[in-house]
Parts: sequence; C-alpha cells; structure tokens
Amino acid sequence: MSIDTDTARRVAKLARIKVEDDALPALAGEFNAILGFIEQLNEVDVEGIEPMTSVTPMRLKRREDVVTDGGYQEKVLANAPDAREGFFAVPKVVE
Amino acid sequence: MSELTKLTIAEARDRLRAGDVTSTELTQACLDEIEKADALGAFVHKTPEIALKQAAAADARIQGGAENPMCGIPLGIKDLFCTQGVPSQAASNILDGFKPEYESTVTTQLWQAGSVMLGKLNMDEFAMGSSNETSTYGDAVNPWRRGNEETALTPGGSSGGSASAVAADLCLAATGTDTGGSIRQPAAFTGITGLKPTYGRVSRWGIIAFASSLDQAGPMTKSVRDAAIMLGAMAGHDPKDSTSADLPVPDFEAAITGDIRGKKIGIPKEYRIDGTPAEIEKLWSLGAEMLRDAGAEIVDISLPHTKYALPTYYVIAPAEASSNLARYDGVRFGRRAKLAQGDGITEMYEKTRAEGFGAEVQRRVMIGTYVLSAGFYDAYYNRARKVRALIKRDFDQVFEAGVDAILTPATPSAAFGLGEMTDADPVQMYLNDVFTVTVNLAGLPGISVPAGLDGKGLPLGLQLIGRPWEEGDLLNIAGSLETAAGFMAKPKRWW
Repeated sequence: MSIDTDTARRVAKLARIKVEDDALPALAGEFNAILGFIEQLNEVDVEGIEPMTSVTPMRLKRREDVVTDGGYQEKVLANAPDAREGFFAVPKVVE
Repeated sequence: MSELTKLTIAEARDRLRAGDVTSTELTQACLDEIEKADALGAFVHKTPEIALKQAAAADARIQGGAENPMCGIPLGIKDLFCTQGVPSQAASNILDGFKPEYESTVTTQLWQAGSVMLGKLNMDEFAMGSSNETSTYGDAVNPWRRGNEETALTPGGSSGGSASAVAADLCLAATGTDTGGSIRQPAAFTGITGLKPTYGRVSRWGIIAFASSLDQAGPMTKSVRDAAIMLGAMAGHDPKDSTSADLPVPDFEAAITGDIRGKKIGIPKEYRIDGTPAEIEKLWSLGAEMLRDAGAEIVDISLPHTKYALPTYYVIAPAEASSNLARYDGVRFGRRAKLAQGDGITEMYEKTRAEGFGAEVQRRVMIGTYVLSAGFYDAYYNRARKVRALIKRDFDQVFEAGVDAILTPATPSAAFGLGEMTDADPVQMYLNDVFTVTVNLAGLPGISVPAGLDGKGLPLGLQLIGRPWEEGDLLNIAGSLETAAGFMAKPKRWW
C-alpha cells in the first residue's frame, strides 16, 4: 500500500487539518514510512481471533437514566473562543 | 541545595508527623528550587499561591492528627491533568488559555489527601512523543549529563517534565501518564521510579485523553515505597470513568515486605533485541541475579507476539487519538485560528487544527483517520485489535504457568541528546517504547526501577511487569530489586 499526494490530501481533509499543497508530498512520505512499519501485522495469523474490546473482562456499569449533572451554562461557555448570549458562536454554517 | 526537597514521601511523612518539619517549610523549599531551575523547563505553570495555601491547610490537619501519608506532600502535576482554574493545555497550542472549570479525579483525590500542588509540568504535546520535544512550551531537559559534557539530554517522554522535576529534587514526587511507556521511559532516563498501574486502577476522568484504551495515570517518585504510597492516593473506583474498576484499593505500602522467596520471575527471550547496548543486556542479567539472590526463581519465558506490539500500537493509539482529538475544533475551548473574510465553519476547523496541533500530533491524527477510514478499517484497525488480543494472550499464558512478574530492560538506550532524533524517521523515535508498549496493550501494571549507570554516567532502568491488579506484589518485587541495586546516584547540579 502506497499513499500518494491525492490520498494524503483526502486524509487531511477528513481529519479537518489544513495542509498546504507543497507539504503534501512530504506528508505522504511520512505516512508511507509509518504504514510500511504497520504492514508487519499482515504476517500474523489472526484466523478465529476475536478483536480485543476491553483490557479486563468487565461489564460496563449501568445506572438509572436520570439527569445527574448540569445546570451551569456559564461554566460550559467560560472557555469558548467566542460565546454570545449563552451560546457558542461560529461562522455562518448555512447560506 | 535544600536538603528538604531531597526527601522521599515516606521520609517527609515521618518528619511531618514527628513535627520535625512543616508542610509550609517543605513547600517553600520546593518553590525556591523551582525558581532556580527554569533551565530544566520542567515547571511550565507555577502555582505558589495555591501551594502555600494548601500547605497551611495540611499543617493544620497534621497538627490535628491527620493520618493520610500524602498529607502535606508537595507534588508536581503533569499538564495533562485538568486542574480547576489553572492552565491545563496538554502542552498544546490548541489549548492555549484553557483553564478548566473542574478538577480531574486523580488530583481531586490527591488534594483531599492533603497533598500540595506546586504547578504544572512539561510533557510532549497530548502525550505523543518520547523526548518531550513536541511540547508547545519547549523542551524539558534532563538534569543528568554525560560525564562532563554539556550536551542537553532529553528526560524522555511524554512525562518528561515530571521526570526532570523529580530527578532534580524540585518536588517530592509527580503525577505522570503512560499510554505506551510515557511514565516508565522518562523514569528510566532520569534515575527515578515510575509505575504504570493496571488499566482501570486509576480514574481517567479529567485527564486529557490520548488513546483511551491505553492511557493510565501513575506516580513518578524517588523510591518504590513512595510509588506505593502515592498510588494508594491516586487509585480507586470512579463512577465518572466507566472503565475504572470497582475493586478495593489495598494497602500497597504494606505489600512491600522485602520477602520475595519463591516468587517466579520470567525472562522473555523476545526482549533480546538486536542493537541493544551491551551495558543494558548486562544490567538485565545482573537484575535477574539480584532477584535470584533474594530468593526468587528465574525462568525463561516466551511472549511470541512481542515484535508486533509496536505496529499494533501505531494503529490503535492514532485511531483512538484521531477520535479523541476531534473535540479540538475551535468552538468550545482553547484557541481559534484567525479567519479570512468569507471563511466558513470548515475553514475554521481546518485552520484552527493546522495552527493548534504540532507536527507529530497532526501526523498521528491523520494516520488514525486513515486506518479508520472506509475500506481500511478491517485491514488495519480490526487486524490490530486481533493482534492485540494475541499479545495479551501471551501474557495470560505466562501468568497461568505460575510466573509472578516479568523482568525486562526499561528502554533500549540511555537518555539521548535533545535534537539528536530530529532528522530521524518517526518510526525510529517510536522504537523507544519497544519494551514498554506491550504492557499498555495488555493492560498490565509495569514499573521502571533505576538499576545502574552506563559508561557515561547516565541512569538505566529495569522494568518489572506484574499480573493484573497485583500492583502490591509487583511493588514488593520492585522493592527487592531496588534494595539489591542500591541506586543512590544523583545528577550533578548545573542548573
């Protein structure tokens, strides 16, 4: 598997990270080095092996479906780069 | 140098209780040392006002007969832990200015025990790195140097600031976190003790997430006994972390009896790796002899999937990171990039993340995005999860055969120079974690114990890996190794 600049551009887009066109070939090269390293996993026989989902077998705890937290809008908004009238503010989303 | 800051937690506890010293004196001594140690780049946000207030409160509690061994102990806190009202930015530019409105469970427990916060410690950005060179704050520097050379060495990473601060006696101990070796590798590079507990032993709530199925916080200390004491205060079930284990927290310190007779210690043949320096091979054999002399039985074991641990990690960790780091979007916290006229929300995301994340974080987020993307999910991510199951099974089988702990080197080299790896392929840097990463994948407890010096006078560590939830037994074996190794060296002060 070899990653070209178009794939690198697509991955950057999916990750929502702006990468300038002139940086794409180097990025593709780094991806190829890392993915080449990962390719070793193809040597392993994983037939019939269940993917590991948790480190120790345990059932996630359940609780009543009730509100246990909240009611502090100001705290939630305190670190926002732009908050107005009790809301997070972002650039226009719909035309 | 103030003698007070050199105390272990155990020594300080005894002297605080005896009324020999106050927490305020201890804390002030640490604050004075921190002020003189900016060249180490360890403390990146200092909190002297909070520290002195907490110390005064601790002194009142100690006078009233407080029993908690962590009461009055001054600590450094890795920048990855959210601390209320105090900058907590995972050494990332994207969290510039972030002051949490809440406190992580681990630090909450430490403050409830009466410990004192001296400030926040440097680290690799989002804990992604093995040299502390990816930090937005600049490098943390190892207090150790090669002989009389002045070359600045890495304290390791990602908990590099924690390691540097403890080794240089700027604090009595520090918190660290470990996703692939980020407590144990820096501990080994700086001649201190670092413990990664069993996954689920310590709550992850309020610790900025990197790879959620691998991340675990733990103590970085001056002795094995201190690691036991501090783990006791950090551990415990937390309803706010669904993966934290609802198990009682034993008295870890009481488990250190010094008696390891009859314990079976495994030596895994797959950890003999080409290119490992002879000094490290020798130290490893020496460590095995020390444990044998203390009454343990040394057995050769095999962990056949070891060589696949790093490639597995470099699928799983970036995959989880790409998901965890999706929250840094310039909307809810941290900094937002300056936008051009007409930029919409997508441009805001893309510019914010390009400016806010450093090169290594961007690389891992994109690798994670790629291995999770349509068409590759099975080939990469699911295959890695299956190999992970096999790596864990290797350990399960060894423990079922009666092995109590596994002895390995902690790192494939001593501390290297800052900047020495700059031009290396990213994979070269990843190899630092070759001996530690298996432990995170299998969720096991692991501890790095300083065991000797190399020919240039730099510390080297040995790692012990324990059975799940048996940190007490692991600490006991580590204590015997510590006693036998008798590592007393300290870095020569230059800062």
